[in-house]
Amino acid sequence: MGLTIADLKKGEQGIITDSSSKNIPLKLLEMGCLPGNRVKLLQLAPFSDPMYLNINDSYLAIRKETAAQIIIEKTNE
Amino acid sequence: MSKQLNVALIGNPNTGKTSVFNALTGLNQKVGNYPGITVDKKQGVCKLSRGVKAHVLDLPGTYSLNASSLDENVVIELLLNKKDKDYPDVAVIVSDVENLKRNLLLFTQVKDLKIPTILVINMSDVMTRKGISLDIDILEQKLHTKIALVSTRKNSGIQELKTLIENYKNLSTQNCLDTSTIDPAYFDRLKIAFPNQDLYKLWLVITQDVNFGKITRQELDVSKFKTKSSSELKRLQQKEAIKRYQFINNVLKEGQNIDRSKARDLRSKLDKILIHKVWGYVIFFIILLAIFQAIYDWATFPMDLIDTTFAGLAEWVKTAFPNGGKVTDLVAEGIVSGIGGIVIFIPQIAFLFLFISILEESGYMSRVVFLMDRIMRRFGLSGKSLVPLISGTACAIPAVMATRNIENWKERLITILVTPFTTCSARLPVYLIIIALVIPEGYIFGLSYQALTLMLLYLIGFAMAVLSAYVLDRVMTTNRKTFFVVEMPNYKLPLLKNVCITVFEKTKTFVLEAGKIILAISIILWVLASYGPGQKFKNAETIVANEFSDSSATDLDDRVAAYKLEHSYIGLIGKTIEPAIKPLGYDWKIGIGLVASFAAREVFVGTLATIYSVGSANENESIDTIKTKMSNETYADGSKVFTFASGISLLLFYAFAMQCMSTLAIVKRETKSWKWPILQLIGMSIIAYLCALIAFQILK
Repeated sequence: MGLTIADLKKGEQGIITDSSSKNIPLKLLEMGCLPGNRVKLLQLAPFSDPMYLNINDSYLAIRKETAAQIIIEKTNE
Repeated sequence: MSKQLNVALIGNPNTGKTSVFNALTGLNQKVGNYPGITVDKKQGVCKLSRGVKAHVLDLPGTYSLNASSLDENVVIELLLNKKDKDYPDVAVIVSDVENLKRNLLLFTQVKDLKIPTILVINMSDVMTRKGISLDIDILEQKLHTKIALVSTRKNSGIQELKTLIENYKNLSTQNCLDTSTIDPAYFDRLKIAFPNQDLYKLWLVITQDVNFGKITRQELDVSKFKTKSSSELKRLQQKEAIKRYQFINNVLKEGQNIDRSKARDLRSKLDKILIHKVWGYVIFFIILLAIFQAIYDWATFPMDLIDTTFAGLAEWVKTAFPNGGKVTDLVAEGIVSGIGGIVIFIPQIAFLFLFISILEESGYMSRVVFLMDRIMRRFGLSGKSLVPLISGTACAIPAVMATRNIENWKERLITILVTPFTTCSARLPVYLIIIALVIPEGYIFGLSYQALTLMLLYLIGFAMAVLSAYVLDRVMTTNRKTFFVVEMPNYKLPLLKNVCITVFEKTKTFVLEAGKIILAISIILWVLASYGPGQKFKNAETIVANEFSDSSATDLDDRVAAYKLEHSYIGLIGKTIEPAIKPLGYDWKIGIGLVASFAAREVFVGTLATIYSVGSANENESIDTIKTKMSNETYADGSKVFTFASGISLLLFYAFAMQCMSTLAIVKRETKSWKWPILQLIGMSIIAYLCALIAFQILK
């Protein structure tokens, strides 16, 4: 399995390549967590969980266990 | 009369949908319930030109037409049912200029249901500040709609919106996405099975059944259609979302331009402090302290005022209608004091709602949820459980209702079950009098023992809530998926008008909903206390007069009242349960207080006041006299009833026991089953009984 959002460090960015895991809620997909969209890790709560992200220009917080289901490719700006 | 014009306001949370609603309807609004569920139904009337009136419905905020909560389900059920009397003639989608892309997803879904749809782009006043420019003509053309640029903060664009609503017949019902392109083969089959139905509507009905559970109020029956497995359907839903975003991106490529260099970034600056790993918690703690301080400090004055007013009113009823007999007594002692018992909580509840709505409107609440999620999760709760637990310090009823935005059923259920442990304001009067009675005056490090005891009781309540959540989490198994998605909205200054309307509406709902039950119980209690079986109750006057022939007139009246109470029905109940509560250090009189407290805890003080036969014309005086009487109360052998041991035992009992009918009723409504409130009642009573028992046996 490749990189996931859970592997991002604060300030890093990536492009979502696969979000088809059945554990990802539909709501998150509809908020823009879809292949091809940009994701940036803005901040982390203590113990790196939950994660505060910008996905497809939406500001969201999700738990690490969900973040670990979303496959990405890292990008530099 | 012409047919009324139905308008539905639909939009994502945090788009200022409610502000638009308030701007359209002003104070012409009322909050009701959807039949069978407790989701608030907000409706209002908007006056258009030429005497036309629009009936506006403010639907719960939702991100899409695929519901994941009870609130969201309301939206989809309405839009799928053309026979509903509220079915909109025109839908107004409220979007926020900064999140246009995401907001448009919902827009395209509603539009594809062939409902005439207007797009409101709200918060247009921040556009230049954020470097956003829009080409409205292109957007209108590409989205086949009419757009109103609105700023509820600057109060602009509302008139234009009204004109668009009025001319809704000119709106195009052209769809945004051809549903069948999601999976041509599948949708062809669907088309053959239901030749006369709209494809997108069919698709929504099928997928809702998969995601959320049966839609109860819709006209279509799709159960016979051989559909796909739920994971395949989910895949198609993902494909649908992708296709919708493709459409939206194409529209925005031409119609929107964002110059990010112009954007001023308040968000990241505030986030750096407010959700900092250390300062975030410090700030949150300070805010909480300030809120508690304010609730207790500011609410004291109006509460005293209400208390004196109602005591005066009860007296007035007695003097004004001296010949009314039982009716006067019922009005004065049952109804007036019953209503007083509800009204007295208005100041605290209003203040609490004031703070909660400011925290929510400003966007801070989501940050708290973010900060606390991990910690709360250890105990089987969610970051979102924090709002109910904080609200619970005012009253468990609105707190239980505030659990609705917790998506995960198990976390929501646990939150509902443990919320009544937090120290609600009804416990306060009981705590105050018992603390005054059994905790010595004196100071340690400049803090009084009595104040420390009170604080400790709050902490114990919270600790018990968290502890029982932990146990419940271990015991309960669930196969529902957990998920947690929180939008982190932009920070904004709360709009005064919105805050005021929220406080007013929520307080009103509380008073009416809880009030009915409290009032009913007060009357029942009054009846039980005013009637009794047998000769002893009937001849109380003569018996007491013979026994205490040398007493003064008022003293005699008091003794008669006490004697009557002892032999009334409620007195009998107290005596019956005495053996069970003896090991906790209580006598039958306290037993009556406990029984009466089941209606509402604060009744305890009033009941004891009656039991110890104290007139209650003046509140301060009565607190003093009731305290003296209570501390002088002895058993037959001369030992005191209220000792340190029995006092602590009583405090613990009140801290943990489920003595609130109204909360049980709300829990039943929210969980849709009697199972959970009954479990709650039994569980909390056992915990309360055991803790009180252990405390008394150790301390005595």
